Amino acid sequence: MIALIAGLTLPLLAALASIALPLRARVPAALLGVALTLIASLWLAVEVWHNGPVALLLGGWPPPIGIALQADGLGAALGVMTALVMVGVALAARVELAPSVAGARASFGFWPLMLLLWGALNAVFVSRDLFNLYVGLELITLTAVALVAISGKAQAIAAALRYLLFALAGSLLYLAGVVLTYAAHGTLDITLLATRAPAPGDALALGLMTAGLLAKTALFPFHVWLPPAHSAAPAPASALLSALVPKASLLIVLRLWFEAMPDLAAPSALLVLASLGAIAVIWGGVLALVQKRLKLIVAYSTVAQLGYVFLVLPLAGGDGAAQPWAAGAWTGGIFQMLSHGLAKAAMFLAAGIYLAAVGSDRLGDLRGQARALPMTGFAFALAAVTLMGLPPSGGFTAKYLLMTAAFASGQWAWAFVLVGGGLLAAAYLYRPLAALFAREVARTPRPISRLWQAVPLVLAALSIALGLLSAVPFDFLQIGRPDQAAEGL
Amino acid sequence: MTTALPVLVLMTSLVPAAITFFLAQDSHTLRNTLQLGGAVLKLGLIVWMLFAVAGGAAYEAEFPLAPGLVVLLRVDALALLFISLSATLWFLTTIYAIAYFGTKAELSRFFGFFSLCVAATTGLALSGSLISFFIFFELLTLSTWPLVAHKQDKPSLAAARVYFAFALPGSAALLWAIIWLESATGPVLFTEPPDLSGLDPAALRAIFALFIIGVGVKAALVPLHGWLPAAMAAPAPVSALLHAVAVVKAGAFGVVRVVYDVFGAENMTALGVGTPLAIVASFTIVWGSVRALQQDEIKKRLAFSTVSQVSYVVLGAALASPLAMIGGLVHLIHQGLMKITLFFCAGIYDERAGIKRIDGLNGMGARMPLTSVCFSIGAMGMIGLPPLAGFVSKFYLGLGALEAAAPWVLVVLLASTLLNAAYFLPLLYRLWFLPAASNATGDERAPGLVGPAVITAAAIVGVGVLAASPISPLGWATLIVTRGYGP
Repeated sequence: MIALIAGLTLPLLAALASIALPLRARVPAALLGVALTLIASLWLAVEVWHNGPVALLLGGWPPPIGIALQADGLGAALGVMTALVMVGVALAARVELAPSVAGARASFGFWPLMLLLWGALNAVFVSRDLFNLYVGLELITLTAVALVAISGKAQAIAAALRYLLFALAGSLLYLAGVVLTYAAHGTLDITLLATRAPAPGDALALGLMTAGLLAKTALFPFHVWLPPAHSAAPAPASALLSALVPKASLLIVLRLWFEAMPDLAAPSALLVLASLGAIAVIWGGVLALVQKRLKLIVAYSTVAQLGYVFLVLPLAGGDGAAQPWAAGAWTGGIFQMLSHGLAKAAMFLAAGIYLAAVGSDRLGDLRGQARALPMTGFAFALAAVTLMGLPPSGGFTAKYLLMTAAFASGQWAWAFVLVGGGLLAAAYLYRPLAALFAREVARTPRPISRLWQAVPLVLAALSIALGLLSAVPFDFLQIGRPDQAAEGL
Repeated sequence: MTTALPVLVLMTSLVPAAITFFLAQDSHTLRNTLQLGGAVLKLGLIVWMLFAVAGGAAYEAEFPLAPGLVVLLRVDALALLFISLSATLWFLTTIYAIAYFGTKAELSRFFGFFSLCVAATTGLALSGSLISFFIFFELLTLSTWPLVAHKQDKPSLAAARVYFAFALPGSAALLWAIIWLESATGPVLFTEPPDLSGLDPAALRAIFALFIIGVGVKAALVPLHGWLPAAMAAPAPVSALLHAVAVVKAGAFGVVRVVYDVFGAENMTALGVGTPLAIVASFTIVWGSVRALQQDEIKKRLAFSTVSQVSYVVLGAALASPLAMIGGLVHLIHQGLMKITLFFCAGIYDERAGIKRIDGLNGMGARMPLTSVCFSIGAMGMIGLPPLAGFVSKFYLGLGALEAAAPWVLVVLLASTLLNAAYFLPLLYRLWFLPAASNATGDERAPGLVGPAVITAAAIVGVGVLAASPISPLGWATLIVTRGYGP
């Protein structure tokens, strides 16, 4: 319980401290906040592991009067992943966004924004109330837009504006859906909504909320804002934007379709969503294949990787929820979210190292850097293994679970997406790897400290470890899962 | 001990790999000690297991990852056959590689991936279930890539790209086949062949084809073989690893597992997929030989020869008769010994005399006698001269073909023998009978290179002459087949 509260309040306090304290104390205060919030997130996970979901009724009032917070396996796991990424980003940002390097504006703005974002993410992970989720989502959007624009360059501001436009439209749609839901049911609590008899306006409400969330998740065809935004930000910010921010809206999609309104999950709707996901996998991959800059490749890869998660909907949602393969499919989708988060953060932080070392992220300029910066090259390669979905990595466990469910449920067409997307990822990630591994060195790199180099390596190694040791996270994710299905296949 | 031993065997190469990556380039002694220590320790453990398994012991270790996704390490007779080959040859290749690279650049990276590659092969040999096999199969692909690309020049990087472009779609096919099959039968363990009776024969045929495509890329079945000749751009120890110890062997081993432990010879015959596979293998045997004949570079000729020779193993499995099976299994070992000898020698010619092309071999027999004797033994073994290793395999394959009522296979074997003679004998003629070029150089003052080649060449003679002994590869292959791998 204390861990849950700490996870929400510590980042906010640290954000305040990193603005209000004297200049010299700001970064230490922020780092202290990072460390404490990491402890809180891990502690919360341990509590969930031992005692099951940790719930908190604000003010002691049960819903519908009060607001419920609850950390289940899913929320706590995303919390831990977020904490790991945040620590990595903070360590990288300490060097990369030091005032002497990034200028006063970026170094001043980054720490409070990062901490606010963390608090908002944790709020979304544990909220059980649709309006509460909305508030968290808005806070995430605002900090994320600011992070995109933080460098102040014209290109970054333009990307941030485009992002803001999409995100605000998404917010309005989501809010409209929330209003309709409240009008029909008189509550916004997810647990209560699940028990209410369906009302006539529910389908519209669910549709509006989902459309809004898709815009924020950058699912095809709403993906156009993502690559410019994610590649315009400084690398540590990009890592946050790509690895964590879309996971919040994605989580709400899952909460809506699996927990709040599972009865409304008509097969046709699930099919449409998964098809959009499939198109995202392919189209994102194709666009990543033709990019010439590393950060753009990595950003388009996010579009593709998020698409996989939507395959969960027809495999484990609707009527499929009661089938024996549902647990595997659902968990596979979450594994994809977790391993993508770790691997993508590692990739963007690696890109940041290359930018600092050679001043460019064009593939041509990166040629031969594997020799000068071996740890970074290795980190990028490990993260690539996860994104390609090759064993032994978290990405493979995710794909294996989804693919098994696809065959077991007779929907093997989705297996084409999983396999084809993996091959496409291999193709688009091969290009930067081949460039890094080339013999001739395009530019002599500036030396980079080993500690900084170790950060993406550790994150990438964690994404591999998620596959090597996936038994514990698998069981962890089952804690508090919408419990309609038998365990696994 | 029964669970610890397979894990321990895996660790003997995994731990050196993990440490080696972080060693500084110039800590040669520590790195070499780690590599050789791991190799020796592994050999010791395997000898122990050999005696225990011959006495009926069973070792098993299990690591559940997710429902249905379980890594199962299990020691059975077939696993031991493969693992003793790879462990012995790994040890020799390590000695050779240390001598070959000397103090060249990027050695920690090389030996790190080298050990990782052997760890993957070990895991693959010990895999007791399809999905564990797949996991190690992929780990093998990933760990071989940096080895193929090791020189980082244009041809190496191109070869590495081609390798990936073949290997990844292959593994996609393999994963597809595994999940398709397991969605109907549940997880497939090699100890209990799955019950296939409920499945549609057309679907089973498709699954079989996907399996063969998946493992066939590594086994270099025509037309999936294109990566192997390209990969000769890699350094000689890597070629040895690709051709004899790990990669193509993993493919051939995979074919044996699929045919005998997943489908079973009876199902294969009932589905009518054995003969097509035998035809593909036969075509590969002949085609590889014909292409080998056209090559002027030594390593390229040897590479096409591998394409041809590895399919003997596939052919033995496809014929689905006990004797053919013995022939195929024993060729898994024999081909490894012969091909590693040839590649060791090719590497020596290249390193010590700068000879890459066939015409450079003129008269080298006098100048580099030990290397040339070893090379000649390897080549004659490949042709199948008695009493060398290759003869034993071919003899059993021929008998097996008659047993399986497929006499046409004899024609393939005969044609292959003639072609083998046609592309190897000119080399021997050049070595021993033509005068050396006036500017020819070369010496053999490199015991670390020549020693391993002499040992493997001696082994080629040994396994042929002593084939009747129960501890020979033939004896072990017979044990495997009589223990129930046969039909």
